[in-house]
Amino acid sequence: MLARDEDILKAAEDWRAQGKGVALATVVETWGSAPRPVGSNLVIDQDGLFLGSVSGGCVEGAVVSEALDVIASGEPKMLEFGVADEAAWKVGLSCGGTIRVFVEKVE
Amino acid sequence: MKLDILKSLNAERAARRAAIVVTDVASGAQRLVRAEEAAGDPLAELLAHHLRTGKSGMVETPQGRVFLTVHVPPPKLVVTGAVHISQALAPMAKMAGYDVTIVDPRTAFASPERFPDVPLIAEWPDVALPPLGIDRYTAFVALTHDPKIDDPALLHALARDCFYVGALGSKKTHARRVERLKAQGLDDATIARIHAPIGLPIGAVSPPEIAVSILAEITARLRLPAKSEAAKAAS
Repeated sequence: MLARDEDILKAAEDWRAQGKGVALATVVETWGSAPRPVGSNLVIDQDGLFLGSVSGGCVEGAVVSEALDVIASGEPKMLEFGVADEAAWKVGLSCGGTIRVFVEKVE
Repeated sequence: MKLDILKSLNAERAARRAAIVVTDVASGAQRLVRAEEAAGDPLAELLAHHLRTGKSGMVETPQGRVFLTVHVPPPKLVVTGAVHISQALAPMAKMAGYDVTIVDPRTAFASPERFPDVPLIAEWPDVALPPLGIDRYTAFVALTHDPKIDDPALLHALARDCFYVGALGSKKTHARRVERLKAQGLDDATIARIHAPIGLPIGAVSPPEIAVSILAEITARLRLPAKSEAAKAAS
């Protein structure tokens, strides 16, 4: 995508080089009015520090907590957030769209 | 993502080369395809399409669903003419995410006082443009009104396949430009890629308004599919 996300992927590389556990979250599908386009990245470290966004702030909290599991287990996860999903509604994708986010460990 | 894939990807991006990460959604398996390798890939056709649009997305393949994360370089804007319009266009384009460079051999125009915070090259296009690495992720705008400066720059921009090429001037001015470019050996199809008169027709009068119309037209070329109605209006 044509976005200035170099700092995000560079941070993922740098954090890993510092020996941290790192996960990368990527928006892989969107329906309706999604706040961030497909391909948007969020990078998360083992302490929950993050950079970038997958939803402009709506569901980052939930993605970060799932990312910590992914860092611990090494198993990638596909997350879905949307208004039809009770839990997702709670974390607040209030724009009315649905997004699917792939979370993987950088290893 | 394997760290070596991430490292290779970041190296490609730092060098302003496009690349795609192909992720098998079911297994999590990944590979990096550099733009130069895309033609020889089993998914060549799909990859070529995504490299062209710059859009990431989920795709169905004979091997199952894969996600393509497409990385194309951030867009650049190169302008000939350190003129009044450029003084408005440069900061606007920077806000929109472009790396902006202004070229004008006339040192009275190309002065840092007139263009704080914008890279300025006070050289003729034949010297200034080749090192800029103008490519298909670059928009080029000719604003000097001077054929000695704009024409060679337009030739360079067209040869480098810029995604947007625009030139300031009325229909009459452009008709004369077309004659000169034909005399230089350009064919009609190539000349037709030049947006002139430049900018979307929004009734722009002042230099900043003209800058808005130019940036809007560049945005349309960058973001809209080539065949859409809005893209046609912008062309």
